[in-house]
This record gives sequence, C-alpha cells and structure tokens, in this order.
Amino acid sequence: MKLSLRLRPIAFIGVLLLAWQIAVSLHPGHLLPTPLEVLRGIGDLLQHGLLLKYIVASLFRVTWGFALAALLAIPLGLLIGWYSRAEMAFNPLLQILRPISPLAWIPIAILWFGVGDLAAVFLIFLCCFFPLLLTSIQAVRSVPAVYIHAGRNFGLSPAAMIGRVLYPAVMPQLIIGLRITLGIAWLVVVAAEMIAVNSGLGFLIVDARNAGSRYDLVVAGMIMIGVIGWLLDLGMRSLERVRSLRWGYAED
Amino acid sequence: MSSSIKEGAISPSPETKLVVEHVSMIFARDGKSVPVLADIDLDVRRGEFLCIVGPSGCGKSTLLNLMGGFLPPTSGAIRIDGEIVRGPDPRRIFVFQERGVFPWLTVEGNIGFGLFKLSREERERRIAHYIQMVGLKGFEQAYPSELSGGMKQRLEVARALAVDPDVLFLDEPFGALDSITRLTMRGELLRIWETEGNTIIFVTHDIDEAVQLADRVAVMSSRPGRIQQIVDIDIPHPRDISSPRYLELRAGIYDQIGLAHRI
Ligand SMILES: Nc1ncnc2c1ncn2[C@@H]1O[C@H](COP(=O)(O)OP(=O)(O)OP(=O)(O)O)[C@@H](O)[C@H]1O
Ligand SMILES: [Mg+2]
Repeated sequence: MKLSLRLRPIAFIGVLLLAWQIAVSLHPGHLLPTPLEVLRGIGDLLQHGLLLKYIVASLFRVTWGFALAALLAIPLGLLIGWYSRAEMAFNPLLQILRPISPLAWIPIAILWFGVGDLAAVFLIFLCCFFPLLLTSIQAVRSVPAVYIHAGRNFGLSPAAMIGRVLYPAVMPQLIIGLRITLGIAWLVVVAAEMIAVNSGLGFLIVDARNAGSRYDLVVAGMIMIGVIGWLLDLGMRSLERVRSLRWGYAED
Repeated sequence: MSSSIKEGAISPSPETKLVVEHVSMIFARDGKSVPVLADIDLDVRRGEFLCIVGPSGCGKSTLLNLMGGFLPPTSGAIRIDGEIVRGPDPRRIFVFQERGVFPWLTVEGNIGFGLFKLSREERERRIAHYIQMVGLKGFEQAYPSELSGGMKQRLEVARALAVDPDVLFLDEPFGALDSITRLTMRGELLRIWETEGNTIIFVTHDIDEAVQLADRVAVMSSRPGRIQQIVDIDIPHPRDISSPRYLELRAGIYDQIGLAHRI
C-alpha cells in the first residue's frame, strides 16, 4: 500500500515518457528529440565531462551570489526594520529597484565585470539582495511588540535583543524568503549564463542550439535545471523542519 | 555613609513600594487626542497584592504599562522605591495580556531567558526549581505550541518568577483560561506570592477574581479612566467565598461599577 503510493509519481513519469516517445515517433519532424535521444545526450555530456563541469559552474555562481546577498541583505534588513519599526512607508528607492528584472541588469553587469563569472555572480547577487532585504525588513516589523517588551523587560542589551529575540522571531519568515529567493536565483543563473558567460547549464542550452542544433542536449540541459532546482528547494525545505526554527509553522 | 537615594527622589516610607502621582495619559489617534487616564493617584505597599478592576477599555493595561516603564506618562510620575520609573527593569517583570512566552524556546529556554547573568549551575538550579513550582515537570523540552493555554500561562509566570523580581505586573493573566484552570491558577499564584513575598499588581475585569486574591481592590471607571474607589479586602487567606463578608465586599464592588446583582 505504502510502496504503491510512493511508486505512483514514478509510474506517472514513466507513462509521460512513453507518451512522449510515441508522440514523437508518430510525427517524425524535428519538433522534439525522443526521451531516448535525450538520455543518450546526457550520456554524451557525462562522457565528455561536461555535465558535471556545467552543473558545478552554475551552482558555484548561485552559491556565491546567494550567499553574499544573504550575508549583506539580512543584517541590513534587520537593522533597517528595527530602526524604522514604527513608520510603515517603505523606502521608495527599494520600491523602484525591486520591479526591475535582474535580466535588465545584464548589459551593465557585462560592462562592469566583462563576460565571466563575476558578471553572473553579480546578477545573482542583485536578484537575491532586494527580495531578501525587503523580506527581512518586513519580518522585523511584524514581530509582535509583546516579544520586544519581554526582551526589554529582562534587561537585554541591544545586541542581545537582536540575537535572542529579533533573530529567532523573524526566522520562519526569513526561511520562506530564502527559499523563494533561491528559486529565483536558479531561474536567473540560467538566463545569465545564456548571455554573460561560456559555461554552465544556461550556456549548455544556447551552445547546443547554436553549434549544430543538438536539441537532445537542449532538453537534457532543461531536465538537469529542473532536477537541480527541485533538489535545492528540498534542501531549503529541510531547514523548515529544524525544531527550534519550526515554531512559526507548528501553529495556525 | 552616603545616601543611596538618588537625586530628586522623595524618601519613601519603608512600607511604600510604588507610587503613582497625578498620572494622566493622552494618546494621539487619527490626529485627535484621546484622554485614557486622568489624574491617577495610587500607593502600593511593599509585598501587597493589589488588584485593579474596571470595564474593558478603561485603561487598566495602559496604567500597568506605565508602571512597568513601557510607556512614559503624558503627565505625572511613577516611583518605585522612591525612584522615578524611566523604563522596564528586570527587578519588575510584566506578564502580558497577549501571551509573551517565546515560541522558539523550549520550556527550559523560556524560564532561563532572563537568567543570562547567572552561572550555569545556578541557572539550571533555578530552572528546575520553577519548573517544579509551576507543575511543568516532564515538559522541560516541550515548545509552547505543544502546551495547553494554562501551561503556557504558568510558563510565563515561571519565567517572570525565575529572575526573582520584587514586583510582578500581571495583566489579566488568567483571562483566556477555562474556569477550572483559572481557579487552580489563582490558588497557585497565592501560594507563590506567600512564599516569595513579591509585590503583585494584578489587572482583571473579573470582580470575583479580585476579591478572592487581593489585599486591596482598586476600582476604575472609564473614559477617561480614574480610580473610583479602593476597597480593602479584610478576609484572611484561605478565603471562604460563601462567607457573608466576602459576599458583602463583592456586592459593594458590583454596586460601585454600577452593575446589577441579578441577570
Ligand atoms: N497605543 C495606543 N494608541 C491609542 N490608543 C490606545 C493605545 N493603547 C490603548 N489605547 C486606548 O486606550 C484605551 C484603554 O486601553 P487599555 O488597553 O488600557 O484598556 P483595558 O482597560 O486594558 O481594556 P481590556 O480590559 O479590554 O484589556 C482604549 O480605548 C484603547 O483604544
Ligand atoms: Mg487590557
């Protein structure tokens, strides 16, 4: 019973793959490679050592851009939120910067950093920084006054107040923000790699198309992007299960 | 020997713990000023159990927040041990109407929250002591979300008691509990107060609760809030709540608030 439930998604994917294979063989144009061709494409990439290299390249950019953004945006957001708890108006500058797609920054990123890792990391940084900053500002502002009063009552220093009350109080909201942001970062890195660098999964996709219309490799790249994005999200979700961080999910 | 009394302090009588002097509070709301408390005067004796009762919205929480130092009064002053209150202080702990236990800490973590200046052994000793006192043994590692309403309330009281405060401000601490738990909690609070000897200022809108617990009951009227009357409850503990004196005092307060005795 339990096993059959677990097998259900796998069976579903199997059926889809079969349907895909049949559909393509019924219409033998060049609209889509078959699953088998894609599999062979993945094998090719593995053989040339490209798959791992590109995955590592993409993850490297996401990790640096995301980590730098988190390290800067979260403390800054906590500070801004804390010192402007009373006033509800957001900083208008942030409001104007936020709706600019990170992709719109690509020309400037290349102008400043040239074609290469630095430009890509910068783009990831940008696309993570503003959402994380806004999330942490908002999170501090929504901390119930009663926790802050209790912290003050027990005589906490400002530093202890941040470490022992604010930080744990905002953690559940922050984790959600981090999870959403990492998803955005993964979307953006692919786009950035199509233009600003010559390695990574995004580059794989444009390169496979430009250099010989290898659509099996294009689809292979897409599948890899999907699988890794899913694994990243699973990783972030496991943070939500850490017991002392979980308080915000346990109730309501 | 130099005096320990600070500048501007009036030398208090040794029995007086807290003095509210001509305190008024005016809030600004939508550009209008709303007078909430008008010229409150009140003395609280050291070790006294004072209840403040009054209709909802009459300013009980506001008055308690002023005493706790969370708000500055619009005019007048509050003194504790002769010194003007300028902010919250770990010697006086507030138990909040809106449940202030930290949901991200376990029972142990909550009780130990204010004990960061103590050595590890002393901290652990106190945590164990107060867990025992409020009957949360076996729940040391539980998070507040795993506790019932009454247990959360006891946890907050334990967290307050653990820092050994000389004043406890309790804002309708048992308001959200069912009537059976509420009765037990009252008994426990009295027992704790008798052993620890703190000064307790307890806000409630339950007249029975006030007459069962307090040495004196301050009755407030609303809009703007004033102290209408202070009633001495001269019945020794444990109190017989069917005794004529109890019923008489209770009826007096109902009269004072302008409530009928029958429904
Ligand atoms: N920060 C504030 N700004 C404006 N008005 C306020 C503020 N705090 C309280 N008030 C107003 O002051 C009045 C008294 O509020 P308070 O919370 O002290 O009443 P209370 O006696 O504790 O009522 P309850 O029994 O319902 O808890 C209310 O009319 C409330 O709207
Ligand atoms: Mg109140």
